[in-house]
Amino acid sequence: MADLTSDFVGIKSPNPFWLASAPPTDKEYNVRRAFEAGWGGVVWKTLGAEGPPVVNVNGPRYGAIWGADRRLLGLNNIELITDRPLETNLEEMARVKADYPDRALIASIMVPCEEAAWKAILPRVAETGADGIELNFGCPHGMSERGMGAAVGQVPEYIEMVTRWCKQYYDKPVIVKLTPNITDIRKPAEAARNGGADAVSLINTINSITSVNLDTMSPEPSIDGKGSHGGYCGPAVKPIAMSMVSEIARNPATHGLPISGIGGITTWRDAAEFITLGCGNVQVCTAAMTYGFKIVEEMISGLSQWMDEKGHESIADFCGAAVPNVTDWQYLNLNYIAKAEINQDDCIKCGRCYAACEDTSHQAISMSEDRTFEVIDEECVACNLCVNVCPVEGCITMVPMEPGTTDPRTNRPVEPNYANWTSHPNNPAAKAAE
Amino acid sequence: MGHSPFTPGVVAGRQTAEALSDGFADLHPPLDDHEALVAADRCYFCHDAPCMTACPTDIDIPLFIRQISTGTPEAAARTILGQNILGGMCARVCPTETLCEEVCVREVAEGKPVEIGQLQRYATDTLQRQGVHPFERAASTGKTVAVVGAGPAGLACAHRLAMHGHDVVVFDARSKPGGLNEYGIAAYKSVDGFAQAEVEWLLKIGGIEMQYGKRFGADLSLEALKSEFDAVFLGIGLGGVNALGIDGDDKSGVRDAVDFIADLRQAGDLTELPVGRDVVVIGGGMTAVDAAVQAKLLGALNVTIAYRRGKDRMPASEFEQDLAASKGVRIVFNAVPKAVHGNGAVREIEFDYVSADMTPTGETLRLPADQVFRAIGQTLDADGLPELDGRKIKVTDAGRTSVDGVWAGGDCASGGDDLTVTAVAEGRDAAEDIHQTLTGAVR
Ligand SMILES: Cc1cc2nc3c(=O)[nH]c(=O)nc-3n(C[C@H](O)[C@H](O)[C@H](O)COP(=O)(O)OP(=O)(O)OC[C@H]3O[C@@H](n4cnc5c(N)ncnc54)[C@H](O)[C@@H]3O)c2cc1C
Ligand SMILES: Cc1cc2nc3c(=O)[nH]c(=O)nc-3n(C[C@H](O)[C@H](O)[C@H](O)COP(=O)(O)O)c2cc1C
Ligand code: SF4
Repeated sequence: MADLTSDFVGIKSPNPFWLASAPPTDKEYNVRRAFEAGWGGVVWKTLGAEGPPVVNVNGPRYGAIWGADRRLLGLNNIELITDRPLETNLEEMARVKADYPDRALIASIMVPCEEAAWKAILPRVAETGADGIELNFGCPHGMSERGMGAAVGQVPEYIEMVTRWCKQYYDKPVIVKLTPNITDIRKPAEAARNGGADAVSLINTINSITSVNLDTMSPEPSIDGKGSHGGYCGPAVKPIAMSMVSEIARNPATHGLPISGIGGITTWRDAAEFITLGCGNVQVCTAAMTYGFKIVEEMISGLSQWMDEKGHESIADFCGAAVPNVTDWQYLNLNYIAKAEINQDDCIKCGRCYAACEDTSHQAISMSEDRTFEVIDEECVACNLCVNVCPVEGCITMVPMEPGTTDPRTNRPVEPNYANWTSHPNNPAAKAAE
Repeated sequence: MGHSPFTPGVVAGRQTAEALSDGFADLHPPLDDHEALVAADRCYFCHDAPCMTACPTDIDIPLFIRQISTGTPEAAARTILGQNILGGMCARVCPTETLCEEVCVREVAEGKPVEIGQLQRYATDTLQRQGVHPFERAASTGKTVAVVGAGPAGLACAHRLAMHGHDVVVFDARSKPGGLNEYGIAAYKSVDGFAQAEVEWLLKIGGIEMQYGKRFGADLSLEALKSEFDAVFLGIGLGGVNALGIDGDDKSGVRDAVDFIADLRQAGDLTELPVGRDVVVIGGGMTAVDAAVQAKLLGALNVTIAYRRGKDRMPASEFEQDLAASKGVRIVFNAVPKAVHGNGAVREIEFDYVSADMTPTGETLRLPADQVFRAIGQTLDADGLPELDGRKIKVTDAGRTSVDGVWAGGDCASGGDDLTVTAVAEGRDAAEDIHQTLTGAVR
């Protein structure tokens, strides 16, 4: 049986599935139930400074995007950090940690960008027995207008400075949570490392407006006729999050910096993918908010079955396994040639591949009187669009051509050797192949 | 041969081998991978899902469907089999239309439930096809348990006990295991020898010894079993059949539906199995429908089910009634048998038409018949049993009988519907209680 236990920067948990700092981790009641359901750890809902807590709107705080069958694909929120007193949160955290010593409990913190504010809160967090802290430099709405959250996360110098204070006044692991609302994610990650961070976590939510009410002309969620941009999360943001994770994993300046992967993780498979891109563990928010805590059972059973099938004994066995295969476009092998192939036994004759290819691609699928759809190898550029629009998984596949055979589209032989754009004759800046 | 549906009398070979193999093919052909993914996608992953509550074995249905949709049907199978070790058979024979699928929120909303039974079959078949038995025996406890009856109740009980490390001996009067899974379930619900294959797979847990040809009441007694074993579980089902109690009941051609079905299930070659031209089945439950439909599939020309009450009271579900109708079986309601006519062999059967309160209306019905099947309920058939509650062995929720150290479950025990899935639940729960009693362990 695969060993799912996780050791993330020295923080141990029975599995790599943590709940991200958000409503699921907002209070003792939730966190106890999450632990009972099987979650390996939680990042507690972000704490603010001592004093009167922030206030949330009293109207709707979420908007959403749905797929077929009203399956929730993207969620947007205008919620702030915890709106409960600091003292209450700290007491609850201490109680929960004492009762669940084997689970990870991380404090998420967001206080003003002043040394005194951090110096004040860190010892109090340490007293709870929490296993580490996560610096919320990501919240894109409300808090950023007050000079916190994404407002800090968008300025690498601030990140480095605050991280350094935290390392100075707190002796357990410091995780820096990054905002995706920035052009180059490598810069804040480098800043975190320079400040001494033990790890980064990403992504927080993405600036978004999910919909506009065409009767009232208000963005949704609408508060008395007005809306504000919110933070976007859920399955829709997974590709963006994975790209950002991979950039940090590949960047020589941050390579090896532990990463906690967040963003759209909904199934065991999503989690496994983040881990292969270099994440030591993962955090989940929207999937739990959509389906409840129980999904962790599927995540655990699925990941452990897959690990058994692949012979991975521990998370470390495949952590980062896909990173060496993430490269720049210019290094992709232009001599690799594939053709689409339609399995006629699986085909349900919907014709979607035909419409897609005929209207918007390379006119490389033929349709017969009896609705047989076939690939025309002379035209197919192997773009994969037909595969992506086909409703039957595995019905259309991309089959690589053997070196030495002739590509009927170009009438040129398939070359066995690797050759990329940097040496391609059409590239004005081409260097001679070595 | 050369017989056809029109040949009078009880004869074999009314249908060609091809027609028979078509007719008796899988009632619900299994889902392929694509169909399973599409079906699984429809599940809403309801909280505290109504389907789970409706399942007598409390399978975590939303979880197993999610496991299918995330590409791990093997994990889904473990979820199912952990609650219901005969989840493969249940997926085939459960009247899901009156259990899990009846309360599916999508049945309620759209009249189209998630295909829970079919998805369950997809998952369990996937794992069983790989020959994987997903459970391991706990260390031996040194305790021994006798299980009488190798039907669903006995098998579920034996498996759970073996898993907990007890040594189990299963005794059955017949020469094969499975109980009604092997001898009773309609042939088109369990094709390709699935009942035996499932038992073989189940026994891979180890620690279960099977002894056939041992009849409780004749070869075995409660006293002897009690002195030899630390605990006893009775899962002997209902071996007897109610009599019609009318004139002519003993004429040749009149027999029990369950015997006809058992012959059919055991027949090597259906072209050699005789059936009447005009068949009348008395009863209104699943057995009546199964006997009628299978008689029709064998090539009987006219098959009629005669039920004594109205359509709304018929125990066979709407789905079963429609199935019968679709195969050309006629169902007559409010007809109570009065006499069987014929000279040695049955030729006609006569009914009184009755009103809703069962009083005769004065109208009668005579149907030509060369074969009549009794399907009016089964009864307990053994001596030396613990105290009864009406027609069945009296048990507590945990399956305890009036005799210390003796448990019972399945059709022979009081409480619950007479269904495969209920028998599994009762066998499993009794095993847990036996385990707790023998070891002091808390579940
Ligand atoms: C024709 C028919 C069709 C059915 N169709 C369905 C269906 O589609 N779906 C569904 O859910 N349910 C169906 N049922 C009901 C279902 O088969 C039973 O509820 C279920 O099999 C009960 O399991 P059991 O283990 O209690 O008893 P059984 O399956 O009856 O098993 C009892 C076992 O005990 C053995 N035995 C009996 N007496 C003795 C004795 N004295 N000594 C030793 N061994 C003995 C028998 O040989 C048998 O192996 C059907 C029943 C019938 C009769
Ligand atoms: C309603 C809501 C509130 C959130 N509040 C916080 C917060 O207080 N602190 C924080 O670091 N992230 C917060 N997040 C962001 C999540 O922790 C997470 O980074 C993001 O939702 C992406 O993950 P997901 O796609 O699994 O939801 C919040 C998200 C949501 C939906
Ligand atoms: S065992 Fe029967 S009732 Fe339970 S989920 Fe399966 S099909 Fe439904």
